[in-house]
Amino acid sequence: MLFAVSILIFLLIRLAPGDPARTMAGEHASLEILEQMRKEWGLDKPLIEQYLIWLRHAFKGDFGRSILTHESILKEILYRFPNTLELSIFAMIFATLIGLFAGIISAVRRYSIFDYFTMFIALFGVSMPVFWLAIMLLLLFGLKLNLLPISGRLSVFYSIKPITHLYLVDSLITLNFPAFFDALKHLVLPSVALGTIPMAFIARITRSSMLDVLNRDYIRTAKAKGLTQRAVIMKHALKNALIPIITASGTEFALLLGGAVLTETVFSWPGLGTYVVQAVNARDYPAVQGAVIFIALVVAVVNLIVDVLYAFIDPRIHYQ
Amino acid sequence: MKKFLAFVLVAVLVLSVLTGCKQQVKQPVTLVFAKGDAVELDPADVTDGESITVMNNIFEGLVRYKPGSTEIEPCLATTWEASSDGLEWTFHLRQGIKFHDGTPFNADAVVFSYERQRDPNHSFHKYGKWEYWSWCFSEIAKTEKVDDYTVKITLSSPFTPFLSTMAMFTADVVSPTNCEKWGDQWFANPIGTGPFKFVEWVKGDHITLEKNNDYWGEKAKIDKLIFKVIDDPSARLIALQKGEVQGMEFPNPNDYETIQKDSNLVILSEPGLNVGYLAMNMGEDTPGFEAPYKDVRVRQAIAYAINKKDIVEQLYKGTAVVAKNPIPPTLWGYNDAIQDYEYNPTKAKELLAQAGYPNGFKTKLWAMPVSRPYMFDPQKIATAIQAYLKAVGIDAEIVTYDWGTYLQKTEGGEHAMCLLGWTADYADPDDFLYVLLDSDSATVGSAGNVAFYRNPEVHKLNIQAQQETNFDKRVELYKKVQEYVHNDVPWVTIAHAKQTLVFHKSVKGFVLYPTGDYHFESVTIEGQ
Repeated sequence: MLFAVSILIFLLIRLAPGDPARTMAGEHASLEILEQMRKEWGLDKPLIEQYLIWLRHAFKGDFGRSILTHESILKEILYRFPNTLELSIFAMIFATLIGLFAGIISAVRRYSIFDYFTMFIALFGVSMPVFWLAIMLLLLFGLKLNLLPISGRLSVFYSIKPITHLYLVDSLITLNFPAFFDALKHLVLPSVALGTIPMAFIARITRSSMLDVLNRDYIRTAKAKGLTQRAVIMKHALKNALIPIITASGTEFALLLGGAVLTETVFSWPGLGTYVVQAVNARDYPAVQGAVIFIALVVAVVNLIVDVLYAFIDPRIHYQ
Repeated sequence: MKKFLAFVLVAVLVLSVLTGCKQQVKQPVTLVFAKGDAVELDPADVTDGESITVMNNIFEGLVRYKPGSTEIEPCLATTWEASSDGLEWTFHLRQGIKFHDGTPFNADAVVFSYERQRDPNHSFHKYGKWEYWSWCFSEIAKTEKVDDYTVKITLSSPFTPFLSTMAMFTADVVSPTNCEKWGDQWFANPIGTGPFKFVEWVKGDHITLEKNNDYWGEKAKIDKLIFKVIDDPSARLIALQKGEVQGMEFPNPNDYETIQKDSNLVILSEPGLNVGYLAMNMGEDTPGFEAPYKDVRVRQAIAYAINKKDIVEQLYKGTAVVAKNPIPPTLWGYNDAIQDYEYNPTKAKELLAQAGYPNGFKTKLWAMPVSRPYMFDPQKIATAIQAYLKAVGIDAEIVTYDWGTYLQKTEGGEHAMCLLGWTADYADPDDFLYVLLDSDSATVGSAGNVAFYRNPEVHKLNIQAQQETNFDKRVELYKKVQEYVHNDVPWVTIAHAKQTLVFHKSVKGFVLYPTGDYHFESVTIEGQ
């Protein structure tokens, strides 16, 4: 699959109109300069040769250097990925907690006011443009109520010694509590903005999956045994309804890990999404290839983890 | 469980209080300025404004622009003289200056800074792209050391705008020891002689500079200068209103009203060195040439047909001024005596009829796919122009391509009319009138002159001005060129974008440069 992705992205980015030499050299470079730059970056070689050269290096973990910034692409990705990871994890925590809770209650209290209200909010959440929500959060909690910071990962007055590049982890390791709280505050608004769509999605899936399970015979049996409502729902129903929810959450999480351009832009979050967009705009071929392959790898790993999780949740699923 | 929760809450509270205490420690006077991120940090290897803004405060060249002006004054060189044939320029360097890393500033550093860009055999040449060198400095044949504090630059042909190019960031002097120390990582570790020293660059987040206490000139008034990366202009404004930053660039024009209403904010703006224009292809040898544009009456008719004032007011939303000349009013040599073509559709129709097009004609209008300050929202501007032309009978179809292709095709003359613009690299009318309107720049395939306007008189004047060393005479020559351009109408000049910055009212002393450079050494923050 990774091969397919690598070939696809290799071709796609080259099919896109525009030329890295032109983008880099600016609006006024002479033809000779453009030729010289193309030669320097091997862009004058046949496509297949370019691909094989890239592949050979990629196998050794060398994605090359960015045409735009000279920086090692792997280094840039590894610097930005923890930013994306931290934000994605928080967005998912928000999405899963609220989504699960809302979905379960909606299913249990079907056709109640709460159900209608939650499903309306969920529909709203799924269909709302994320940048709009981001700007609204920023205006309300950032500016009007002045409760939370609005840009970046950390206030300029703090600094964290980078170890894992996950600011919360690094600040805890170095016992830098002020920075920890500052980083935590910076995470709130982008996580909510980024987590809202997955949250709505999870709420809807949870509700339908729970409804499906709640009508099953074993639930009736459980109720007939005299178990409490709480035990019926949490132990018997939820556990059986989890598979589609986990699948959905896994997919959403993988999507988030690919970077979220809009949220990252509004909250000035230096994640993978803005990196890829910047690279595409500059026709920075090696950077786009490197980043996309990396994202594909992450998505594959997350999907693998989800598959393994199935086995834990549902004893009927075995892997040989 | 409850006990545990209580413990956590207490811990959080205690830590919050501690956090509060920590923040009360007196901070150095810091200015945080919101902008986009730099691409790299070597002045000779960058072409984008975001990187240049940072460079301006760390590095210096042999000469510089006077604050707020396009005139040249001494900087790292105290005096200079040109040989009588204008080919050899000798610069006498300021003595006793050190780079931020302690390396002494001398002729060797100057030679290193320039030769690494020019000479493909130079040991450092392989690391950079050095795009601007071949563009603005191609007339430099070599740079040589005469003695420790004298350098001689030899030109391949007399070129007076050379001195203006020397004030560009590309000609800033870098520490050779620092470059050699970092090798291929040099671009992230800038060391210059300027009023601020580089501290750190957290990519995508911020770049921190601090005051250079050993600066040879007037020292910076603030202790720290932080460029905070906030890409979205609306988010920048909110950060400014909230106090997270004290200054920002490029506000969203839709936010102008909000800014004006906010008594804590101050807007600084003036036209920059740029122009947005509608070029009409006059090159009969180009694939896109259409016969009507050969006739000056048609071109004049188009100039009369377009209501520039309305376009600038409605579509640029206050971010630009109407242009009547190809060069902006903030640049020396501007010909203010020129009377612009006023909006007059009747006259336009008359001229079209005289030219043999009483019912107009069909044509294509190319619109840029990207917004640039000089062409704010090109699609809307194109639609407006289309409507104005329709009113005088010209039926223009709007065409657009992606940006790279657009530039390539317009340079190849595949258009009939196209919207385009220019931001000058150095403050000299040559960078507009020669680069954009001279026959030398009208080569099909690599044209800067996309109107393919080839007036031999203009060419003569341009070349004369390039070789003339007397400033007043050059001014006269360029004024003459502007007259020719006005009469021949290869372009409808539309607008000069204003550079706009917003500061908190406590920030004082920031000077706008027509070149769009930001220098923060003169800035103070009241109350700190």
